[in-house]
Amino acid sequence: MPIDGEPVCGHTSGFTPLVEAKNLAEALRIKKCYIKDDSVNHPTLSFKDRVVAVALSKAKEFGFKTVACASTGNLANSVAAHSRYSGFDCYVFVPYDLETSKILSSLIYGVNLVAVEGNYDEVNRLCAEIAMNFPWAFVNVNIRPYYAEGSKTYGFEIAEQLGFRAPKNIVIPAASGSLVTKIYKGLMEFYQLGLISEFKTKFFIAQAQGCAPIVNAFKENSSIIKPVKPKTIAKSIAIGNPADGVYALEIVKKTGGYAEAVTDEEIIEGIKLLAETKGIFTETAGGVTVAVTKKLIEKGIIPREEEVVISITGNGLKTQEAV
Amino acid sequence: MRVKVRIPTPLLSLTGGKKEVIAEGATLKEVIEDLERQFPGMKERLCDEEGNLRRFINFFVNDEDVRFLEGENTPLKEGDIVSIVPAIAGGS
Repeated sequence: MPIDGEPVCGHTSGFTPLVEAKNLAEALRIKKCYIKDDSVNHPTLSFKDRVVAVALSKAKEFGFKTVACASTGNLANSVAAHSRYSGFDCYVFVPYDLETSKILSSLIYGVNLVAVEGNYDEVNRLCAEIAMNFPWAFVNVNIRPYYAEGSKTYGFEIAEQLGFRAPKNIVIPAASGSLVTKIYKGLMEFYQLGLISEFKTKFFIAQAQGCAPIVNAFKENSSIIKPVKPKTIAKSIAIGNPADGVYALEIVKKTGGYAEAVTDEEIIEGIKLLAETKGIFTETAGGVTVAVTKKLIEKGIIPREEEVVISITGNGLKTQEAV
Repeated sequence: MRVKVRIPTPLLSLTGGKKEVIAEGATLKEVIEDLERQFPGMKERLCDEEGNLRRFINFFVNDEDVRFLEGENTPLKEGDIVSIVPAIAGGS
């Protein structure tokens, strides 16, 4: 990780379970299925605790006193929680229409929450402009290169938990696209270090049909990501103008993967399928990932005789309204 | 058409530190040409070799991303505010 000293927070984040989901594999009629379960990441129940641990540690090294973020909810929860015990002032900016649980799960920490009348892309624009005028560490704006590295740990852990090997196929939800690029980078680093002997993983991107700019570009065989106006229940991945979209798309193409989208109805079915077969309650983004996996298996794009790792990145208790 | 253009931090060196400047043009494209006349070097930072808007820079006319309007041909009216906001992606 790109920090010079000891981390100031996140000591208990990460190393979440990688579990084999036999009943789910049976339901999907595929040989083997694993869930990498960041719905139980510590302390705020999403993969964002990984990136925030790195971002705040770096912010401290740079001498920032205030941390901030543009968020669809999970990142705000994580920045808010981590800021408290690492001694920062904290401002989080979110779209005004987020799920109640996600708003509450930031406010409880006593931070400054700014609800912006607009979608995430508008919140992000505001934050980019604020970052030019205030000496704040916006974890996903001016600290972003450090922040993003935290996601590599998701890839490191999958390889380690599989017995130091890379999976055959992995399905990842995409919002900005950053997670896709960093799981790839994490596995590539393990390969370059000789910790895994082979790296031929196919990367699959999952998006909601109501916000699928990366999937659209993939299907149109375009290298330009055309922004969209999000309209989906999967609010945590509702980013219409994905900052890392082109990089994520490149990874899908060069690994022989695919990008697919599902409807809101399929998302809810995905949430229920995971809950009923594995006993894991994921948020809407997880429903997207499960539903896309199902679709890709049914289309024959992920072969039934292979294994697949499904990336579950958030907790269903935060998006109860959806179901 | 005179419009107000908001300049992001990385380009302030070209405008002598001015965060807002006035430029003229009936479209975004013309405004960029005028910015280039006033602040040489600006166009190269905003457009690629073919003259297309760089994909990692977001242009807004008032509150709308020009990609939802007519891109570089987006018409402008007197008093519009053009914002230039660099997109920030995740490092390599």
